[in-house]
Amino acid sequence: MNGGIYLDFEKPVIELEKKIEELKKLSGVEDEIERLQQQAERLKRKIFSNLTRWQRVQLARHPKRPYALDIINLITEDFIELHGDRRFGDDPAIVAGLAKIDKHSIAIVAQQKGRDTKEKIKRNFGMPHPEGYRKALRIMKMAEKFNIPVLSIVDTPGAYPGVGAEERGQFEAIAYNLFECTLLKVPIVVVILGEGGSGGALAIAHGDKILMLENAIYSVISPEGCASILWRDASKNKDAAEALKLTAQDLLKFEVIDEIIPEPIGGAHTDYQKTAENIKSVVMKNFRELTALPVDELIQKRIEKYRKMGVYKE
Amino acid sequence: MWFKKKVQAKPEEKLDLPEGLWVKCESCGEILYRSELEKRVWICPKCNFHFRIGSRDYIALLLDEGLLEELDSEMEPLDPLDFPDYKKKLKSAQQSTKLKDGLVYGRAKIGGIPVIFASMDFAFMGGSMGSVVGEKVARAIRLARSEKKPLIIVSTSGGARMQEGIFSLMQLSKTSAELALLAKERVPYISILTHPTMAGVMASYASLGDIIIAEPGALIGFTGPRVIEQTIGEKLPPGFQRSEFMLEHGMIDLLVSRTELRNTLIRLLKIICKVQ
Repeated sequence: MNGGIYLDFEKPVIELEKKIEELKKLSGVEDEIERLQQQAERLKRKIFSNLTRWQRVQLARHPKRPYALDIINLITEDFIELHGDRRFGDDPAIVAGLAKIDKHSIAIVAQQKGRDTKEKIKRNFGMPHPEGYRKALRIMKMAEKFNIPVLSIVDTPGAYPGVGAEERGQFEAIAYNLFECTLLKVPIVVVILGEGGSGGALAIAHGDKILMLENAIYSVISPEGCASILWRDASKNKDAAEALKLTAQDLLKFEVIDEIIPEPIGGAHTDYQKTAENIKSVVMKNFRELTALPVDELIQKRIEKYRKMGVYKE
Repeated sequence: MWFKKKVQAKPEEKLDLPEGLWVKCESCGEILYRSELEKRVWICPKCNFHFRIGSRDYIALLLDEGLLEELDSEMEPLDPLDFPDYKKKLKSAQQSTKLKDGLVYGRAKIGGIPVIFASMDFAFMGGSMGSVVGEKVARAIRLARSEKKPLIIVSTSGGARMQEGIFSLMQLSKTSAELALLAKERVPYISILTHPTMAGVMASYASLGDIIIAEPGALIGFTGPRVIEQTIGEKLPPGFQRSEFMLEHGMIDLLVSRTELRNTLIRLLKIICKVQ
């Protein structure tokens, strides 16, 4: 599964697993294999129950982590991708469309990273342009028109910092999505799958329920950006990750997110199927609860949710 | 609990401005006589550069009798993340600016028309938006909605305040949500962008005005020019992300010199509010 790419703290487990694979080629060592498998399992549990914030950042950015389309393909029965913002172009960093999940109609907007170099470039490393956010909004407005709930999947380092993005109003595209999604008459369930990079993530993360994968991150600034501002040294990203408190566990405690979606031990990249099942079951539970609400109540609750956010003294 | 306090601009409280008798223009390098600049509302006579001024200056410049009935003046930031050095930075910003945080708001009149007015201070940690700025903007919007008075916000900001982490990011959602409700009630909102207005503030309330006015030469955008240069690996063209550039790209309605701001607001408000 790991295909040779692993993080430093995954190494002891990977080495044990390699040894097990080797032993499997021999006969008469079943007991030894069994013993090593148990050892690997214990080791994994130990490592993954004690992750630092920086280790979670690394898992959220793991090159083998499932991306939006991996999850969409595993949880939907029929996904039809729809393209373009009808104003400027089609942004491959955002995937949008209509689908069925367990016979229910849903609309999906999602940030998509690329796996290999060619796709990474095509997807612009998951960093959307304004036309991507405008496409997402177009699909969400269509969902509202046909009374179809919206699933939004977030996985981006941030909105693209480029000349064209600024010329076409990156700030306006983000702000307008927040403005429009506030009164959208259908439920919006947000899943932070990997990286939730600041305003670029928030542009499609303004909804009724914010769910976060166990090892996903969501932050106002990247650990690198924070470190270079604070200590003029981007290599202090580990300290910055600690300071920013950007894990799902932190954000649940802050009541900024609503629920954590568990990952398989070893991280989402070790088992796409299990990860997708977990996402699907939590998402569908939330859709069931939200679609039961009258529209006015749904919107009122959404507004109240954001009204509560902030810590100050008066 | 809302605290009320009348704020009247005093010249000795001018914020965020270079000290001394002579001042060098940040843009063209011209050496200028301070008292002359003050008379010209801090606009360089040579290159028209608009020096950064503070909320108290905008209160004096834009509001009838230079008077704001300030609300929530005691609201103060906390340190929810226990972020390194944040408490220290807040303390020193509060001491040097005599402000609790980077935004003041309240009731005022412009050309006799009652408005809700808010103004930001870049001198307070780069005008960064944390929970206090976000909450005050949200309350200003709610007040404009409940009293059906036009809302005017003068923005200047480097973006969301890093030291309050995710809470700062959530202020984008909070303020934009309130603006959606304001728009539903058809209460007008005029957003004034001053040098610089960037990132999180631009990606929320600053770019959601019915009318967006910018001062000349103001840096306006989402990502800062240095980060863009690092990303694309080339120098940016002159004038990139300045208000003239944003006007050309259709992102703002009007470019208005500081000396004309009050008059422009009065003309607009008279038309929108149908006042003679």
